[in-house]
Amino acid sequence: MANIGVLIEIEGGELKATNYGVLTAASEQGKNNVYAIVMEGTADAVKDELSAYGASKIVTAAGEGLKASPDLQASVLAAAIQEYALSGLIGLASARGRDVFARLAAAKNLPLASDCVAVNFAEKTVRKSHFSGKTTATIRLNEDVLLATIRPNAIEPVGAPVDAEVLNFRPEALGPGRVTIVETKTAGTDKMDLTEAGIIITGGRPIGSAENYKILEECAAALGSAAVGASRAAVDAGFAPHSMQVGQTGKTVSPKLYIACGLSGSVQHFAGMKTSKVIVAVNTDKDAPIFEKCDYGIIGDLFEVIPELTKVLKEK
Amino acid sequence: MQIYVCVKHVPDTAASIKVVGEKAFNDSTCKFIANPYDEYAIEAAVQTVEKEGGEVVVVTVGPEAAVATMRGAMAMGAHRGVLVKVDGQFLDSDITSQALKAAIEKDGTPDLIFTGKSAVDTEGFQTPYRLAAAMNLPVINEVLKLTVGDGKAVAEREIGAGSREVLEAAMPCILGATKGLNEPRYPKFPDIMKAKKKEIKQFTLSDLGIDAAAAKTELLKLEAVPERSGAKIIEGSTRERVLELVRILREEEKVL
Repeated sequence: MANIGVLIEIEGGELKATNYGVLTAASEQGKNNVYAIVMEGTADAVKDELSAYGASKIVTAAGEGLKASPDLQASVLAAAIQEYALSGLIGLASARGRDVFARLAAAKNLPLASDCVAVNFAEKTVRKSHFSGKTTATIRLNEDVLLATIRPNAIEPVGAPVDAEVLNFRPEALGPGRVTIVETKTAGTDKMDLTEAGIIITGGRPIGSAENYKILEECAAALGSAAVGASRAAVDAGFAPHSMQVGQTGKTVSPKLYIACGLSGSVQHFAGMKTSKVIVAVNTDKDAPIFEKCDYGIIGDLFEVIPELTKVLKEK
Repeated sequence: MQIYVCVKHVPDTAASIKVVGEKAFNDSTCKFIANPYDEYAIEAAVQTVEKEGGEVVVVTVGPEAAVATMRGAMAMGAHRGVLVKVDGQFLDSDITSQALKAAIEKDGTPDLIFTGKSAVDTEGFQTPYRLAAAMNLPVINEVLKLTVGDGKAVAEREIGAGSREVLEAAMPCILGATKGLNEPRYPKFPDIMKAKKKEIKQFTLSDLGIDAAAAKTELLKLEAVPERSGAKIIEGSTRERVLELVRILREEEKVL
């Protein structure tokens, strides 16, 4: 059986739900031994959840100055690959995940596939987007250890409970980090990141103002586990911060439900949400390209439709 | 200051990509541009030398046609360019980084190297890191706010939901720019004309002693992703349509 490592992400003390899909990818239906690597907090806090999705080993790694140094985190992962004879190591393609895995791959001169939607460890292949969602590339990584980051929500988590053992990893003195995190500025809200959300409702330029996003926020609250996004046009008009932008020069998301309000459906926007399971479009323009590319459409005014949607969701 | 900016020549983001054969695309019919994220890098480099003095050199690994993209960078203010000419539509990021390193080191000693955070075509998200490892320099990627001075770079990057990290690195270092760092300038006609006369040195991979066959990644297949079709337009009054949508999402699609 192959040993596959998963870098687990914890945000604000909470285990991200998107970790479970990565565990499922690592397990390959119980074919592999999954080593869940946790770099903050305690194993006890996460053991039950991680083992429920196939992690039979919970590896807690700690070290002096680890939190402030992504290069050190990368060298902990390199050491773990050796220690546990991992033939694969995967993680979330989140901002942190992308960064740490790239540092690891660069430091150890290993190939890396970023933001994958599928991984096959035996064949050493991955599938991922090329050309911002217009094509899917199948790539082989010719190396003993397959490194990849997984697009959040791209892989459906499948419960696979196993008994789990906790291993405490204290690697030998690691090299100095070249960059240091000197401060973390939290946004001050408890909003979830778009890439984590299972449901996203996005407002385009017709929203007209920053205040009007409240209409979508209320709907998101009624939907549950939902986040609010913005189009590039809305961000450029100053109605929303760039952190809310979905699209080619914003975030790439893969929720199970994407509700696009007042969006024309540009190629660049679709680059950011094409792999959503279900796309619903609301637009007053019956000729908007989005109506050719969505699953369900309502030709109507978002200012009427969305409040009604919020109302209906609360009724039932 | 001696600043290098790595710029990639990529298909226009609005272009449709036609897959040809197993793993190629038709590059003769689509328009090419500078990778959008690289424009923030070019702007950052030019703003830095406008403030501190020095030179901006654009470095590209790409086909002969990439010269057009480099002229665009020069119209924004880059002083010179270095092109490492390669054939083939896709180049492994390790080979790309080796080529960038060799081209830069052959040219001069960098105080700063700017890149875009990732390329919108291959979406590898690793070239700035590999370049940093190859050149033994620190790297910070997805930079949307930057201060350079006193021999160090202080950069902010988003880590999710609008939260940010602030990182420090000693210079020289590599910085990957993303949207929000600045507003790339639109070159004016005189700048575009001046750019045509600026110097571009050209090398091949073998001039630099690099073997593309040593790449560890291999593109096996490229497949077009069709747009979904057969959208169901829901009719009725506003309330009727919303009720029907919720019913579909709950009972048929099971996403609610």
